[in-house]
Amino acid sequence: MAAGIRTSELRKVYHSAPPLAAGAGGFSFAEKRSKGKQPKPEIVALNGISLDIHSGEIFCLLGPNGAGKSTTVGVLTTRVKPTAGQAWIGEHDVWKEQSAVKRLIGVVAQRPNLDFSLTAREILVFHGAYFGLSSHERNHRAAALLERFKLTDRADQIVRGFSGGMMQRLSIARAMMHDPQVLFLDEPSAGLDPQTRLLLWEIIREYNRSGKTVLLTTHNMEEADALCQRLAIVDHGRIIALGTPTELKASVPGGYLVRVRFGQHSADFLERLQALSGVREVRATENSGADLYADRGGSLVSEVANLALAANIELCDVHISEPSLENLFLHHTGRSLRE
Amino acid sequence: MNYKAFMAMLARDARVARRNIVALLFQTFLQPLMFVFIFGRVMVGSGYMPPSYKSLLLPGIMALSMVGTGIWAVAMPLIGEFQFTREIEDRLLAPMDISWVAIEKVVAGTLQALAAGLMVIPFAWLLLRPGVDLSLHRPILFAVVALLVAVFSACGGLALGCSVEQTHIGLMFSLVVAPMIFFGCTYYPWSALANFPVMQKLVLVNPLVYASEGLRATLVPQFPHLSLLAVFVALLGFNALFLTVGLRQFHKKAVS
Repeated sequence: MAAGIRTSELRKVYHSAPPLAAGAGGFSFAEKRSKGKQPKPEIVALNGISLDIHSGEIFCLLGPNGAGKSTTVGVLTTRVKPTAGQAWIGEHDVWKEQSAVKRLIGVVAQRPNLDFSLTAREILVFHGAYFGLSSHERNHRAAALLERFKLTDRADQIVRGFSGGMMQRLSIARAMMHDPQVLFLDEPSAGLDPQTRLLLWEIIREYNRSGKTVLLTTHNMEEADALCQRLAIVDHGRIIALGTPTELKASVPGGYLVRVRFGQHSADFLERLQALSGVREVRATENSGADLYADRGGSLVSEVANLALAANIELCDVHISEPSLENLFLHHTGRSLRE
Repeated sequence: MNYKAFMAMLARDARVARRNIVALLFQTFLQPLMFVFIFGRVMVGSGYMPPSYKSLLLPGIMALSMVGTGIWAVAMPLIGEFQFTREIEDRLLAPMDISWVAIEKVVAGTLQALAAGLMVIPFAWLLLRPGVDLSLHRPILFAVVALLVAVFSACGGLALGCSVEQTHIGLMFSLVVAPMIFFGCTYYPWSALANFPVMQKLVLVNPLVYASEGLRATLVPQFPHLSLLAVFVALLGFNALFLTVGLRQFHKKAVS
């Protein structure tokens, strides 16, 4: 029986640097202990996340680094205790019925957390043993997964010497070892070469076709667009948009985004840009720039250039984006996902 | 508790221990046996120490080997596995309460400490003989003391391993383990501190004192030693304390 995922008003506030379990390892806030009594800095990682992910769905959390994606996965996989709110996997409350939840889920963390004392095959076999698989079954599944993930050659070597990509593949194989109903993948394609990424996408789709739920996080729009049936865009611990990739892209006014930068500009000039046909919205940006949300792209550029010429304003830079999730993120936050 | 998962984790630890068996043997026995050789053979043989010192030393060396092994076997992997690589994550995600992951570490450490303690006796005996006067006339009491010492070492390892950061391992040894060994009545009986009354009282907060004295009481009762009742009460108390602290720290590290 496949299981869905639900969360209700999840909040998580850290009083120190987000710990490793939240996937935030690798950086620390340069916070010195001072002698005076200062309140501990509060870091709001999740600020009321409510989600309803259907069983059998590939769902994606898209957002920049630090948006709260990993913390959400941490809460859903019993590794992070929420400050407030609730989460369920299937019918099980994640915090109160941890063992039942852990049986249903497979988790691929952001960084490979393999057992460095074991060989690749042992990692899979012991993982199967933790989940009570019979000796025959775990050996059989381990061999099949090693083959599927192209790791058979190195199966009996200690994983410490593996490359990053190999470790990542093994992490994913391990998460699938006990055939979980819900698979969590936190930034699964980070550090993978394009070929391996395509293999991974294919494996995720195939896993999903067998009726399993997949939740993946990414800051890569192409990945979200290519893989997900629905996605939520997360920023500063909040969901700022939710829907299918097509719906979300269509929700950007016009769809196209023309980013321009001038020598200088004025409110009057921006109004004239707004009056161009097909332009839905004009937003002033930093450094005398403007974002034009419009239902056309290239054909707009010459008109913008003509207007600038007529107003004796220098046109410094033009960039056209076709309808994309990036445009959506920019429209909601004023920032680029890539920044 | 999930019996299958628990046993699988024990099997995993056994596999890793077997893989590192040579290093493990050197680490466990080299230092104690060098000590046995220098103090038990060289010092006694040259007349600087009385021959009876051989018998007095052996239980202390056994306590030292057990405690060293147990602490090392639990603390070092935990410190490593909770670090940046989060190697322990896979076991934390196994379908059982995470406290059992910690308890499995304690069981594995206890078994290793017992093995170390039982193996060091024949080694040391071979190095010291003749003139070692062990009398195992209360085997059950000896077994209970040995078990309590092994559990203490593993629980101590849990508490330390979950409280110390990787960068502070050196500090842990010089600040905690070394003083514990030197003031742990391993190389001398507690009664030998009679000339230093303040210190004699102070060292009673050191659990290794009860481990050494307990083994002395059951292996070489001819020497002065603390009462077995005191040893049992103290070791049980320390075990409960370290297990409680260890589990709490483990949860803090495991869940954010």
